[in-house]
Amino acid sequence: MSNQKIRVVHYLNQFYGGIGGEDKADYRPEERAGVVGPGQALQAALGNAGEIVATVICGDSYFNENLDEALSTVIGMIKKHQPDVVIAGPAFNAGRYGVACGAVAKAITEELAIPVVTGMYPENPGVDMYRKFAYIVQTSNSAADMRKAVPAIIKVVVALGQGEEVSPETHGYMARGIRQNYFHTERGSKRAVDMLIAKINGQPFTTEYAMPHFDRVAPNQPIACAAKAKIALVTSGGIVPKGNPDHIESSSASKYGKYDIAGVTDLTSDTYATAHGGYDPTYANQDADRVLPVDVLREMEQAGEIGELHRYFYTTVGNGTSVNNSVAFAKKFAQELINDGVQAVILTST
Amino acid sequence: MVKEIERAGLPVAHMCTVVPISLTVGANRIIPTVAIPYPLGNPLLTAGEEKELRRKLVRRALRALETEVHGQVVFDK
Repeated sequence: MSNQKIRVVHYLNQFYGGIGGEDKADYRPEERAGVVGPGQALQAALGNAGEIVATVICGDSYFNENLDEALSTVIGMIKKHQPDVVIAGPAFNAGRYGVACGAVAKAITEELAIPVVTGMYPENPGVDMYRKFAYIVQTSNSAADMRKAVPAIIKVVVALGQGEEVSPETHGYMARGIRQNYFHTERGSKRAVDMLIAKINGQPFTTEYAMPHFDRVAPNQPIACAAKAKIALVTSGGIVPKGNPDHIESSSASKYGKYDIAGVTDLTSDTYATAHGGYDPTYANQDADRVLPVDVLREMEQAGEIGELHRYFYTTVGNGTSVNNSVAFAKKFAQELINDGVQAVILTST
Repeated sequence: MVKEIERAGLPVAHMCTVVPISLTVGANRIIPTVAIPYPLGNPLLTAGEEKELRRKLVRRALRALETEVHGQVVFDK
């Protein structure tokens, strides 16, 4: 195996595949011979150790909206080239791209038993969803980090391609939560007591079985009857009054907006638009009700289907926005909603 | 944001297209929607049909808010 060149197939989204931006996010899977886009840098880092024989490209929206179909097409395209290792991305902090890379990794690993290496920012939703299935090298949150991501990815690719044993500590990928058996020089009971003594003495120690971190919030009681309830609208889809008066950023938002919709019965292309830079804005700019359904809720209010539509909606751009910021936004406005007598929230996401 | 609003004490219906992300984030009442750039619409339909589609999805969200759940539930019907 060691003298053979490692065969690699590379998966990219429409942006890195050079097809186009958000307006091409519905691009269907396509394969190309050899390297495309960041594949050039990956190939350069691979050198003579391996060859990227083909690249498969798929639009992020197409992939996520047609998961089963996109996945089976992409897997078929990859399988044909009989790779030793598959590289996906890196996806940095692009959510849909990270989810696509992770889904490809899961399917390739499970169906073809071929290892998949990718790179993501730790807050990318693809990390938590798919870390068990992929070797995910940690990157920063933007493509500016490509220079560092490439050698980190290739280090894992070469090790896997040459059949070496890999570990998160030596190869620098995020722990997959897979335990391997090995013989330790000291028995478990002694190690446990040593750890306990270290803990009692306030000394550092490393657990051998880290507890998973679950942050779940139990669902609240339902509202008794929508027809009597005051309902508020919240969105991460970036809908703002036209002109974006508070300058909410198109990605990595540092703020949210609160806007008065008293008397507004319809969001029109003259009055509202989206500030979101992570999806094709054409449809939301034509009719923002497609993201924030003010028109139908107003009619339902008139018809008595809901008690009241809250006078303000809250909005931000959920595009690469940090978890810390999102938590801080919602903590603040949730309290306002409660103080204003709101009983339930409809939150829309793009 | 879904989780923090829920934590503050308000029931939330999360209307979104990529349901696996909503499940990972920890939303409890999830309503799958149409497409990423137009979750509550469809530019291929006539204006009337599109509004009817939106009304149907919003009604589903209201029903979800009226339903007692004990964990994550995807309201896909």
